[in-house]
Parts: sequence; structure tokens; C-alpha cells
Amino acid sequence: MSVQADNRRLVRRLILGCVLMFGFGFALVPLYDVFCEVTGLNGKITNTGPVALSDADTSRQIKVRLLAVHNEGMPWTFGPQQGVILAHPGEMKQTAFVASNPTGRRMVAQAIPSVAPAEAARYLHKVNCFCFEQQALQSGESVEMPLLFVVDKNLPAHIRSLTLSYTLFDISQQTVNTERVEKEHAL
Amino acid sequence: MSTLDTALHGDEQMHHGPARGLGRWLFTTNHKDIGTMYLWFSLLMFLVGGSMALMIRAELFQPGLQLVEPGFFNQMTTMHGLIMVFGAVMPAFVGLANWMVPMMIGAPDMALPRMNNWSFWILPFAFAMLISTLFMSGGAPNFGWTFYAPLSTTYAPPSVTYFIFAIHMMGISSIMGAINIIATILNMRAPGMTMMKLPLFCWTWLITAFLLIAVMPVLAGVVTMMLMDIHFGTSFFDAGGGGDPVLFQHVFWFFGHPEVYIMILPAFGIISQIIPAFARKRLFGYASMVYATASIAILSFLVWAHHMFTVGIPLAGELFFMYATMLIAVPTGVKVFNWVATMFRGSMTFETPMLFALAFVVLFTIGGFSGLMLAIAPVDFQYHDTYFVVAHFHYVLVPGAVFAIMAGVYYWLPKWTGHMLDERMGRLHFWLSFIGVNITFFPMHFIGLAGMPRRIPDYALQFADFNMVASLGAFLFGLSQLIFVWNVIACVRGGRKAEARAWEGAEGLEWEVPSPAPYHTFSEPPKLPESLR
Repeated sequence: MSVQADNRRLVRRLILGCVLMFGFGFALVPLYDVFCEVTGLNGKITNTGPVALSDADTSRQIKVRLLAVHNEGMPWTFGPQQGVILAHPGEMKQTAFVASNPTGRRMVAQAIPSVAPAEAARYLHKVNCFCFEQQALQSGESVEMPLLFVVDKNLPAHIRSLTLSYTLFDISQQTVNTERVEKEHAL
Repeated sequence: MSTLDTALHGDEQMHHGPARGLGRWLFTTNHKDIGTMYLWFSLLMFLVGGSMALMIRAELFQPGLQLVEPGFFNQMTTMHGLIMVFGAVMPAFVGLANWMVPMMIGAPDMALPRMNNWSFWILPFAFAMLISTLFMSGGAPNFGWTFYAPLSTTYAPPSVTYFIFAIHMMGISSIMGAINIIATILNMRAPGMTMMKLPLFCWTWLITAFLLIAVMPVLAGVVTMMLMDIHFGTSFFDAGGGGDPVLFQHVFWFFGHPEVYIMILPAFGIISQIIPAFARKRLFGYASMVYATASIAILSFLVWAHHMFTVGIPLAGELFFMYATMLIAVPTGVKVFNWVATMFRGSMTFETPMLFALAFVVLFTIGGFSGLMLAIAPVDFQYHDTYFVVAHFHYVLVPGAVFAIMAGVYYWLPKWTGHMLDERMGRLHFWLSFIGVNITFFPMHFIGLAGMPRRIPDYALQFADFNMVASLGAFLFGLSQLIFVWNVIACVRGGRKAEARAWEGAEGLEWEVPSPAPYHTFSEPPKLPESLR
């Protein structure tokens, strides 16, 4: 019965193929992150940490808009100190976002940044950002959260303004999960 | 004597007809029985999903909210899509493959008959579970058949878990069916039936089966991620936890785009069997058909993001997916050319299967062209999520896949039942369906281009006339399917006796066995007929 042996061998291979494709579905998750990093897709910012400063390019000025977005049901007040910052490429700029917790309980929040246009994402270095870690506020407490950034001198000439937006998520329920995010952002 | 026979041959089943009673259907391993069950099941699901479509069209008959709650409307659009895709079209193709593939290649049965029984019997349970969500508190899934996160995770009704497990079961069933078909076609062909002599229906199904094996596990993966996000606190699709909702769309469409070819490639195969039979000519460009099918299948893995042009892909991505999508029009064009060239100077007759096949060629091509329009990234921003998309995919799925299935059923019914169908009733069914389908879906192009969004129970007043026309067409199309049911039942019960070669121009091994096909065919490998040598 060689047909049966053939069938068995074929079925084994096909099932192996299925298992591999199931794994591939999950492998898409890290692959997607790598892909986003390489292409700046989704405006994910990957340039973080200290930068070597050199002379600022004073010949042009970039308009950086700062936006604050509340994810659904997030009761905090949250907004930038300045809505618009004018920055020369290569110049270090400091500003802050202000958040306060008007509720009667302790809450934990995580801000997720995004840059538009996505093309500009990899030219924005964040030296320090409150989004690197989660923020816990007691009831009625408010905080000024610092942001330190540099627009890269290699920013393409056709980009004259860019938007840095933060969405604030309520993660009080799932603080455990965010430790993973913290690690990722810290890397 | 019979004890002697049993003692001699051991395997009683090989020499007797089917068992009696319910047990025949529950425990059968016969490819014809299982094919029949698949086809009846898919007909039932087609009617259930169709009733849901009629509920949608009844609500959209006039602007404003008349008949159903918006929440229930959303459940109807979701369930209609899921039931038609996974319950009607896919099982119908598997049923046709079960019946016809072994008979076309000269095999006694499918390669793995017991797994075959299992892969069918999972389906009724999967769909019972899916449909039962309609009666649960919170209602059935209401997030569209594409179940984008976080609509299907954070904001989903509690019944989403039932939906996830139903999808898992359907996936397992499809994968087992695909494994079986690959094993049958690769290992069970009659001597002399080389790969390049394989009937095209077998070729297209072989390629479809590989697509199923490649993408159904990815679908299982994406619903598993949803399950973990909902119940186990992970954040695959939750930005607050470091995930990304857009990731869902990438993984889903990595499955979803090959899936649309899973629903059309077997249809190409059926049409490639029928047109030569009624044009009384050999299929034009057999080899190019095989290569075209394979290239469509390969390209289908490289175009998924054309469903997501508006989510914010980099320009290079938009361009890549736009051109890759347009490239698919080339092998598809080869196929349409070959069908037309087959008919050219043929001695055509227009029996019911041929009418459906001809309507397929014309209307599928219309659906293909509107697909090309949607492939153009800059204009897709206007068409995205409008009724233009609805018109496009219904043109490729209803007069595409569904008409091909009906053409196949009418073509092979004489072989299954031993009776010819009532041609007059068949033609009546064809013309009412043909007119109904166009009245339903053609106006949707216009209201889509004018900006009517899909999946919304109400609409602006300027869309009222075309919506009324579409709803009237939908009821005409829906009700005329009762003629189809009547036709099939009448043909099972009686009619003019069919000959072994039921259609004059039909070629292939399946027409060498008597009609109705005996319970066991090709227990001994057949000698190939002249036309296949």
C-alpha cells in the first residue's frame, strides 16, 4: 500500500505547513514592529536617548505642533504648555505637557506618541519624554511632564511643519502589562 | 453465499450500497455522501445568509429607521458576511470537490475518507455556535465580517468568544478539507493522468487548497490574539499596552486577500469545465490557464494592504500595493481571454449551466474592473468603505462565485441524480437571477461613488431612489432562489433519464460512469478515454 504511505508523508508535511503558518501569524507581530521602525510607519518614534549636539541649522525653521488626545473615557485633563514650537533643525527644545487627575481615585496613564507626516518620524529625536514611562497620579494631583527633543538636521527640505501627538490611555486596570512597554521604550 | 462473500472480501462496504437510516450520513466515509451533505449544508446556509441580506435590504428600502434597531442591523451585516463566506461559498466548493475530484481523476474515493467525514461534521456545530449568538444577551457579533480590532475586542458584545471558537472550528474544517483534496489529487490519479492532463477544476482546487493551508492558520492566529486580548490581558491590538490596532488589519488581510481567491479560483475551474462542453471545443490555452491560476495565487500574498490604503501607509507602500494589485489583472485577463477564445467559432448551445457560465464571464469581468478602480490608491480614498466597495465584491461573489456554483450544480446534477433537470425552470431561474442580481448591485456603484457609506442602517435622502431599486432587485433575486431549490428537489425526485454522458459535448472521466453515478466508482483504475490520452 504505497499510496497510503505517500498519503501519510504528504499529510505530515501539510500539517507541518499549517503549524508553521500559525506561527507565522504570530511572528507578524514582531515583524510588524521591525517594519514600522525601518519605515517610520504609523509615526512611531524610535530615536530616543541622548544625542550628540552640533550647530543648529538656522537657515530654516520647523513648526512643531503639539497635540494632546484623550483615549475614550480618559477623565484626566491633559494638554501641552505651548501648542506650537518653532525649532531650528539641530536645536534642542524643551517644553512640557500638563496633566491632572480630577477623579477621586489614584490612576495610572500611559501616553503613546505619534508623528505626522510619518516620513518625519525618524527625524525627531526625543532626548527625554514623559511617554518613556507610565504616570501615576493621586486624586486631585497634577503634574508637569517634561519633553526634550531635537529635530534632525537631515529632515527633508519639503517638510516645514510636523505634528507630535500624544494619546493618553487609562491603564489603571492593566498596569502589569505596561511594564513590558516601559522596557521596550527604554531600549 | 453472502457469508462466503464477506469472508472472502472482508470489507463489506466495498461491495454494497450505502447503509440505511441516519447512520449512513453520520458515519459515512463515501466521498459522494459527504459531497452531498456539504452541498445541502451550503444551500441551507445560503438561504439563511440570504434572509439576513433581505432584512438589510428591507431596512434600506427607505431612508430613516423603519424595521430594525441599528444594533440588530449591524448584527445582520456581520452575520450575513460570515455565513455567506464561510457557510455558503466555501462549503459549496468543498462539496463539489468531494463529489467531482475523485471521479474526474479516476480515484475510488478521497485519499483520507475518515478525515473527510470529520471535516464535514465539524461545520454544523461551528455554525450552530455562530448562529446561537443571535439569541444571547448583548446580541450577535456586530463589528462587520472583517471584525477590525478594537471594535471586535474592547467594544465587542460578550458573544465574541463564541464567534472566535466558531471561526477556529471552521478553520480546522477547511484545513482538513484542503489536506484531503491535495492528497487525493497528488496521490490518487488514475495511471496516465499526468498533472498537465488534470481537469481544470482539479487544478484550480489544488491551488486553492494550498492557499487554504497557507492562510487559514493565520486567521486562526488573529482570532487567537483577539481571544488573548479580550480574556488574558495581552495587548496585541491595544495601543495603551504597546500594541497596534493597525496590526490587526495587516494580519487579517494577510489572510483575507488570499481568502477572496479561495472563493473564486474553484469558480474559474467550474467555468473552465462548462464552457468547452457547451461550445463543443477543447478549452483554449489549457497550460496558460494553469499558470494563470498559479500566478494569481502567488500574487494574492503580495497585495493585502490595498484593503488599507487609508490607514496611513508610506507612499512607497501605497505604490507597491497599487501596482501589485493591478498586476493580478494580467493573469485574470488571460483567463477571460481563454474562455472567450474557447467559445469563438464553437458550436454553442445555451442550456442552463452554460447560461450561468456566460453570465459569470460577463459579470465577473465587471466586478474585476471595479476592483481595478479600487486598486488605484489615490482614488481609493474616495471609494473606501462606500457602497462602491459593496457593489464590487458582490459582483465578484454573487454573479461570480455563486453563479459558478449554480452552473456547476446544474451541470453535474444529471450525474448525481440520474435525471435531467427541467430546462424551462432552469432558464426561468437563470433569467430572474440574472436580472435580479444586476438590479440589486448595479445601482450600488452609483450611490457608492456619490458617497453612501457601507454598514449604516440609514442614509441621506439623495440616495433614496437607487436604494429602493436595489432593495426591489434583492427581493427578486432572493425569491428566485426558491426556484433553484425547487429545481434541485424536482431533479432528485424524477425527470427524464440522464445518459452517462448527460451533455453532448461534455468530456472527462466523470462522464464515463453511468448516471446516476454508482455508490462506488473506479474501484479499479480506469483506462483513460480518447480525449484524455
